[in-house]
Amino acid sequence: MLLENLGLAIESLRANKMRSILTMLGIIIGIASVTAIISIGNALSSQVTSEMGSFGATNIYVMLQAKNPENETVYQMQDNDLLSEELITNFQQTFSDRVKGIALSQQGEGGTAKEGRKSSTVSVLGVNSQFGIVNNIKLVKGRFINEKDNAGRKNVGVVSEKLSSKLFGRSDPLGREAKVYTKQGVATYTVVGVYKSEESPSMLSTGSTESTAIYIPVSTANLAAGAQGYSNFTVMGLDGKVQQLKESMDSFFASSYKNDIWEANSMTMESQLKSMMNMLGSVSMAIGAIAGISLLVGGVGVMNIMMVSVTERTREIGARKALGAKKFHIRSQFVIEAMLLSLAGGLIGIVLGVIISSVASVLLGAKASLDLPVIAACVIFSMAIGVFFGYYPASKASSLDPIEALRYE
Amino acid sequence: MLLELKNIVKKYYIGTENELEILKNVSLSVRKGEFVAIVGPSGSGKSTFMNMIGALDKPTSGEYFLNGNPVHKMDDDELSEIRNREIGFVFQNFNLIPRSSALKNVALPMLYAGISKSKRMARAKDLLGLVGMGERAGHQPNELSGGQKQRVAIARALANDPAILLADEPTGALDSKTGDMIMELFLKINREEGKTIVLITHSEKLASQSGRVVAVSDGKITNQ
Ligand SMILES: Nc1ncnc2c1ncn2[C@@H]1O[C@H](COP(=O)(O)OP(=O)(O)OP(=O)(O)O)[C@@H](O)[C@H]1O
Ligand SMILES: [Mg+2]
Repeated sequence: MLLENLGLAIESLRANKMRSILTMLGIIIGIASVTAIISIGNALSSQVTSEMGSFGATNIYVMLQAKNPENETVYQMQDNDLLSEELITNFQQTFSDRVKGIALSQQGEGGTAKEGRKSSTVSVLGVNSQFGIVNNIKLVKGRFINEKDNAGRKNVGVVSEKLSSKLFGRSDPLGREAKVYTKQGVATYTVVGVYKSEESPSMLSTGSTESTAIYIPVSTANLAAGAQGYSNFTVMGLDGKVQQLKESMDSFFASSYKNDIWEANSMTMESQLKSMMNMLGSVSMAIGAIAGISLLVGGVGVMNIMMVSVTERTREIGARKALGAKKFHIRSQFVIEAMLLSLAGGLIGIVLGVIISSVASVLLGAKASLDLPVIAACVIFSMAIGVFFGYYPASKASSLDPIEALRYE
Repeated sequence: MLLELKNIVKKYYIGTENELEILKNVSLSVRKGEFVAIVGPSGSGKSTFMNMIGALDKPTSGEYFLNGNPVHKMDDDELSEIRNREIGFVFQNFNLIPRSSALKNVALPMLYAGISKSKRMARAKDLLGLVGMGERAGHQPNELSGGQKQRVAIARALANDPAILLADEPTGALDSKTGDMIMELFLKINREEGKTIVLITHSEKLASQSGRVVAVSDGKITNQ
C-alpha cells in the first residue's frame, strides 16, 4: 500500500514538474537556511572552543581600546597613549602573587629569512621570558627567550620547527644564525631554541603564532621599533580566581591609566566566548526567523497546491471510492504526496544549505561541519511539514461524496 | 435473493420548500445470475436508483440487503468495503485512473482489498485477457480508444469477483458498433461466468437482449 502510494505520488509530482518545483521553493529556502545556520554555527562555536584551548581559560587579555568605539578608527594611537614600561612594572609588582605570568610582546619587522639558497617568509615577534608559559609554547630544542636576553637586548631567536627545517634542514640549528632580510636591512639572530609549530590562528592572538615566526627578546624588538610601550598584553591568572583577578585589574587600570580617548580593557576567554556566542545567537535568531517564515510560506504553498490537486482529481477520487477506497486510503495517498513534495524540497534545501555553508566557511576561515543527526532532523522536519500541511487537503479529499465527485465536471 | 431493495425513498432538499422526491417507494429483487436492464426517460431517476444499488448512496428511507448485508445501516467506510467486495462499476465515461496503466487500473480494487502484489498482477493480467485487452496491459488510458477503455473498465469491475456488475449507460459514449461489442462482452460474462448484471440503457435493442427489463418513470418502477 505504502509503496503503491509512493509510486502514485512520484507519478503525480512528475506530471506537474514545474508546479512541484515552484511549490517546493519555500521549503527549499527554509531548509537551506536552517542547514546553513546550523553548520556555520557549529563551525564558529567549534572554532571558539579550540581558541579557548589554545588561548587558555585562565588567561586575561588586556588591550587598549577607544572609550567610544566610533573613535577606534578616527584616532591614531600615539607613543604616549601606550601602556608604559613603568605601568607594566607597577602592575607586575601589584599583582605578583595573583598571576602566574605576564606575556609581553612587540611586533618586530618581518621579512625573508635566508640561508644559502633556501629562504622563507617569516614574521618576527619580540617577547618576554614569560610569554612562552602564558601562551603554552612547547620547545623542541634549546631554550626560550629569558630575562638575560631581554636585559642585554641580545640578538637571539627561537625559531619554529618548520622554519628550522626549512633553513637548516636536518642539521642542528642551535647556535646557527638566522638572517632576516627586511626593508631596513638585515637582522641576524642566533638560534637558541626551536619550538613546536602549531597552526592555530587566534582571534585573540597576542601576536603571531604562525609556524614561521621567530621569537626574539622584546627589548630587542622595542629598540628596533623605537617603541615606548605596549598596546596589549596577556596575563595568566590562577585557576578558579580569574574573574576576581579581572575585576581587580579593571580597577587597577581605572586608577593608573589616564587617557582621554583610550582605556585599558581586560577580557577573559569566558567573557569573549559569551559575547561571541551572543552575537552568534542573534545572527542565528535572525536567519532562523527567515527560515521559519519561509517554511511556513512553503507549508502553506504545499497545502495550496494539494487543494488544487484534490480539486483537479475530484473525478479520480470519486472513481477510487466507487472501487472501494476507504477514507484512509485516499487520505494516505494525498498525505504521502504532500510529504514527498516537501521532502524533495527539503533534500534540495539541504544540498543548497551545504553549498552555502561551505562558501561561508571559506569566507569565515572556519570549517563548516554538518553532522548526520542534523541532516536527519532536516529530512524528518521537512516530511513533517508535508504531513502537517497536507493533512487538511487529504482529509478533504477523503471525505468527498463519491456520487458528487464522480459527477464533478 | 442476491439483491433486495424494499420501499426505497430518496429525497433531496429535505425540509425545504423545494423538497424533491426522486425515488418514490421503489422495491426490486434480483436473483443471482440475472441480467437486468433498467430503462426509462431522462431524469426519471435511473442513475439515482443505480447509485443506491451500488452502495454509493443511502436511501432516505427503506431497506436494502445485498447478499444478506444491510446496506442501509452502513457507515461510509463499510459502504466502501461492500462496494469493494460485492460491486463492480462500469461508467458511461469509463473513469479510468489517469497516468496509470491498464494493468494497474484493473489491479486497483484488489489493492484496496489488501491482496498481495503478485496475486493482483496475475489476476489483472487474466482479466485483461478475458476482455481481449491482454496486448494493451501496459498502455495508459490516454493511449486507448473508447471501446478499449470500456473493456479495461469491465475487467476492473470484475477484479474482486463481485456479486454484481453495475453499468450506467456503458455504451452511451461509444458508437453503435463498438457499443454492440461491449454489450456482447456483458452477455458473455453473464452467460459464461454466471455474473449478475444490472445495466442502464437508452437503447431498446440492447435492453431486449437482456433477461429482464425494468422500466423506471418519474421515480417509480412501472413494470416488473
Ligand atoms: N444531488 C442532487 N440534488 C438534487 N437533485 C438531484 C441530485 N441528483 C439527481 N437529482 C435529480 O434527480 C432526478 C433524477 O436524476 P437521475 O440522474 O437519476 O436521472 P436518470 O434517469 O439517470 O437520467 P439520464 O437518463 O438522463 O441519465 C433529476 O431530476 C436530477 O435533477
Ligand atoms: Mg443517468
